[in-house]
Amino acid sequence: MSFINYSSREINCKIVYYGPGLCGKTTNLQYIYKRMNPDARGKMISLATETERTLFFDFLPLTLGEVRGFKTRFHLYTVPGQVFYDASRRLILRGVDGVVFCADSQLTRTDANLESMENLRVNLEEQGYNPDKVPLVIQYNKRDLPNVASVSELHALLNQRNVPEFEAAASTGIGVFETLKSAIKLILNDLKRGAR
Amino acid sequence: MNRAHFILREREYGAFLSVLRKLRTDAFAKVVFLVDKNGTLVASTGEASGFDTTALASLAAGNIAATGGLANLIGEKEFSILFHEGERDHMHISLVAERLILVVIFDRRSSVGLVRLRVRRVSEELAKILAAAQEDAGGEGGVIEELTEEDIESLFK
Ligand SMILES: Nc1nc2c(ncn2[C@@H]2O[C@H](COP(=O)(O)OP(=O)(O)O)[C@@H](O)[C@H]2O)c(=O)[nH]1
Ligand SMILES: [Mg+2]
Repeated sequence: MSFINYSSREINCKIVYYGPGLCGKTTNLQYIYKRMNPDARGKMISLATETERTLFFDFLPLTLGEVRGFKTRFHLYTVPGQVFYDASRRLILRGVDGVVFCADSQLTRTDANLESMENLRVNLEEQGYNPDKVPLVIQYNKRDLPNVASVSELHALLNQRNVPEFEAAASTGIGVFETLKSAIKLILNDLKRGAR
Repeated sequence: MNRAHFILREREYGAFLSVLRKLRTDAFAKVVFLVDKNGTLVASTGEASGFDTTALASLAAGNIAATGGLANLIGEKEFSILFHEGERDHMHISLVAERLILVVIFDRRSSVGLVRLRVRRVSEELAKILAAAQEDAGGEGGVIEELTEEDIESLFK
């Protein structure tokens, strides 16, 4: 749920990066953090285990430009991907305005991608959302690796809704900002429609 | 409920702020924050400039969410008060009207008993302001309705 503050003249929105463990969600945020102008981003917080696996969430606040005199702020979160962290994932989805689903393109991760997408839909529904309506962008990550599924295979597997989709290699930054930008556009357009 | 947005106008912002200021004085606290349950800062007062308020808001919300999850596991609806004790500074976190999170940071000039007492007293006031804010939100046209494709595009120039 976005938060519009007329006093500080800010629009705040929440974006959640979802996907199976090790698909590259944290890497997306790290790249965004590295590349954003320091004025435009806050501190990145990672609640992680000692081995750098996300335990609860990563958090990165961004401040983009103004629209109509309002600063636009986006709070980016990632969820822990491993199956057994489902309770945490549900909490992080609360109040979400848009989702980036990060898929791992490697053939060996096909089942994990599918399972995570189904889990996303279940958890959105549980939070009172219509999983067919929530602003969603899909990123096919790790395109730089050998033994990856083709984009058309991944599309058939994960993108029944036919939402915007992007190829990426988050560790080198390819596709990271394209994905984010698309999510932000979807969210603002959705807000606008919802406000009518 | 999820599709609506939370709109805060000047009037309610001012009302929240004056309650927070009073609470800070009455509880001998260092800083008082009000945070939306989704992790966004609503208002703050006191020596807040020393803190990363954005991060603090997000983590306080995560804290409430996580303990809420724990509560559910033992058949409680929510833990409405959390207290974290540090070496010098302590943090009292409480849920207001199931929607806002009130964070009070204090040191030995105050005590947890006093903070708890004062927090309880202002919670109702905050809940009333919140209710007014939600009623108000439906009224006049807002910035969101007026957004154009060009406005959105201009963010990425
Ligand atoms: N080759 C390659 N490795 C990646 C890519 N994105 C992430 N990784 C690596 O995959 C591992 C897991 O990434 P991480 O962001 O922690 O995954 P998360 O569990 O989704 O947060 C790390 O070692 C990353 O460096 C990519 O596009 N290509
Ligand atoms: Mg991670």
